[in-house]
Amino acid sequence: MKSTARDGTENSLPQPGLAQAGSPAEAELYEVQRTIYPRAVHGWFASWRVAVVLATQLVYYGGPWLTWNGRQAVLFDLAARKFYIFGVVFWPQDFILLTALLVISALALFLFTAIAGRLWCGFACPQTVYTEIFMWIERKFEGDHLARMKLDRQGLSVRKVVLKAAKHGTWIALSLWTGFTFVGYFTPIRTLVAEIASVGLGPWELFWILFYGLATYGNAGWMREQVCKYMCPYARFQSVMFDSDTLVITYDGARGEPRGSRRRSADYRTAGLGACVDCGICVQVCPTGIDIRNGLQYECIGCAACIDGCDQVMDKMGYARGLIRYSTENALRGKYPERQIARQALRPRTLIYSAVLLAVVTAFGAALYLRVPLKVNVIRDRAVLMRETSGGLLENVYRLQVINTTEQSRRFVVTASGMDGLQLIAQQPVTVPAAGALTLPVALRIDPATTPPGSHAVLFHIEDSADARVRADEKSVFHVR
Amino acid sequence: MSDFTSDFWAVYIALITVLSIIACAVLLYACSTRGAVKGEQAGTTGHTWDEDLHEWNNPLPRWWMWLFYLTIVFSLVYLALYPGLGTYRGVFGWSSQQQYDDEQQQASLRYGPIFDKYLKQEVAAVAADPEARAIGQRLFLNYCAQCHGSDAGGGKGFPNLRDTDWLYGGDPATIRESIANGRLGSMPPMGAAVGSAEEIKDVANYVRSLSGLTHDTLRLPRGRQKFAAICAACHGADAKGNPQLHAPNLTDKVWLYGGSEATIIETITKGRAGQMPAHKGFLDDGKIHLLTAYVYSLSREPQK
Repeated sequence: MKSTARDGTENSLPQPGLAQAGSPAEAELYEVQRTIYPRAVHGWFASWRVAVVLATQLVYYGGPWLTWNGRQAVLFDLAARKFYIFGVVFWPQDFILLTALLVISALALFLFTAIAGRLWCGFACPQTVYTEIFMWIERKFEGDHLARMKLDRQGLSVRKVVLKAAKHGTWIALSLWTGFTFVGYFTPIRTLVAEIASVGLGPWELFWILFYGLATYGNAGWMREQVCKYMCPYARFQSVMFDSDTLVITYDGARGEPRGSRRRSADYRTAGLGACVDCGICVQVCPTGIDIRNGLQYECIGCAACIDGCDQVMDKMGYARGLIRYSTENALRGKYPERQIARQALRPRTLIYSAVLLAVVTAFGAALYLRVPLKVNVIRDRAVLMRETSGGLLENVYRLQVINTTEQSRRFVVTASGMDGLQLIAQQPVTVPAAGALTLPVALRIDPATTPPGSHAVLFHIEDSADARVRADEKSVFHVR
Repeated sequence: MSDFTSDFWAVYIALITVLSIIACAVLLYACSTRGAVKGEQAGTTGHTWDEDLHEWNNPLPRWWMWLFYLTIVFSLVYLALYPGLGTYRGVFGWSSQQQYDDEQQQASLRYGPIFDKYLKQEVAAVAADPEARAIGQRLFLNYCAQCHGSDAGGGKGFPNLRDTDWLYGGDPATIRESIANGRLGSMPPMGAAVGSAEEIKDVANYVRSLSGLTHDTLRLPRGRQKFAAICAACHGADAKGNPQLHAPNLTDKVWLYGGSEATIIETITKGRAGQMPAHKGFLDDGKIHLLTAYVYSLSREPQK
């Protein structure tokens, strides 16, 4: 399926200056990009990518194993609707914070994309990260690109079956581990281990392990750049963030052309050649199978593998590095010298993104810092607006829903204010269990002689009897006649 | 099952569904054979916007095409298993009613033992169990608080359940009876029997005097006379009520509809009709038992 898919899909948009990809080499592009990768590993950008892969995966695979206060440190308990992140317990009422987090993520994507293109795609996206890991496994079993091409061309042999089975077996094992880790964020991972050991896994846990595992295996093992080219919406709308001052990976055509092979000792200028030796390494290392020398293309995920590849060749030839480099459209056109590129990062677009991002981050941080681990809802009884007590006082009834989001039980004291001579009738103090909720019916009383008819604002104040910082105010109304 | 008057429409819709699926498959096949030749240049659809923006007719990736075929297979399997084709019920015989019943059964299997445990205990014992009281409170807030208030303090026409004054009796069996079968509390309109507006006012003032409320002492003798002749039949000569007739005690400070002179006049003139609906139809024995215990426990709390 893989090769046929490639035949049918390598039909790139015929843009001006873009060589037609429908060349006979097309079917091999996918194989080639794996092979050259080992060279790129030595490059500066490749090292960065490996570092990001290791860092993100350490967090991802390690996260569920951390413990905090005798429970899993990061656990999203969907059934109980409680979300534990280290010392904090979030409730569904806190989802505004998740919204803020997503807004921050979106703004950060806008900002970094406006400054330096698809940084996310090339270095941090799980699709890139897992593809990187899977290609590393592939290389360990099947060898370099030439060995793999040879292997795939061969007929069926015992060696081929063993190598392929070993590769896919390792892929599937890693995928299942990935799915297991994913579910481990929602079901305590140690419980999950026990359940697997005793074959007592719940149907949904099993489903999600297999589903997430299959998605990992399919996307990183088989689909790879197809995901970026055809499925990913971010890839499409990131181009909207680009402008002429955005850093993109570009081939310096003025310096490189006319390209051609030459002897290392020869002076290419006298031979009428540019710096490009036309070795094709930039094409071979490309994970999406494009030729960066044709200019910026929508398939480019900004991984900078071609920069690493080209720099190595330039070093070997004794030429200056940077024939393929990060530069901007305007710099290449000569609107400003390249050393001023950094200054171009400070332009209205990026400044506005930064300002908005900073504002949201500040608001998010403040909200998190000032968050009180107590939530109160006041629900006024609506069927009986008001009633008279045997003592002739007027009474309104409310339900207080008190939610304690900390992990120890707390005793709360309720008071009410807003009207003169207001009496509160409630069973106090009320103990709310750790990370629990409680409904407390309370009544407010007032002397009709001192109160005019109508609706009066009242304020409920709920405070931890031992810790005055844990308190909340909730507004409601008192109806008279 | 069919909402249509004629069976024709079920067949008609089933036919449209099947033909649409077949048409999708044919269209997909026709489109997917195109562009398979390597290196072939895709054409445009002929649509052009903004002078040079062309819509290209590129073939889909092959995996994408297979996903489309997969949706067709899925729809056929789905229509075979579940109701979707006219009146055909599907191999599974699924229905939303059946699913609801199954879920109800699942729930009663899960929660039944909790209720069964308390059903075996006396009401007084259940009322002393904090866990049972918590369940009882949740049930009360769901089913009872609309009329009796979240704090069970009642309201005009709805009795306070926290005090020790009971219209029908506060023992567990009577509370259960009230919840399960409901109550009809009725005071007939006595305006005509009592007489003129002045005479009714006399009775109202006498009734207020019974609970020590401010009243017109001049009206008392006339009111007492009328009361003895008419009201005492149900409320008793001493006005302490009659539980057999569910006539309330008029000498205490508890007023179901209000103790002001105007309200008492209204009660005498027009009568009162209160109804507590029967709950045994939609609450099972276990829930009624827990509610009984909760209500029973309320009047045993320290009064506020």
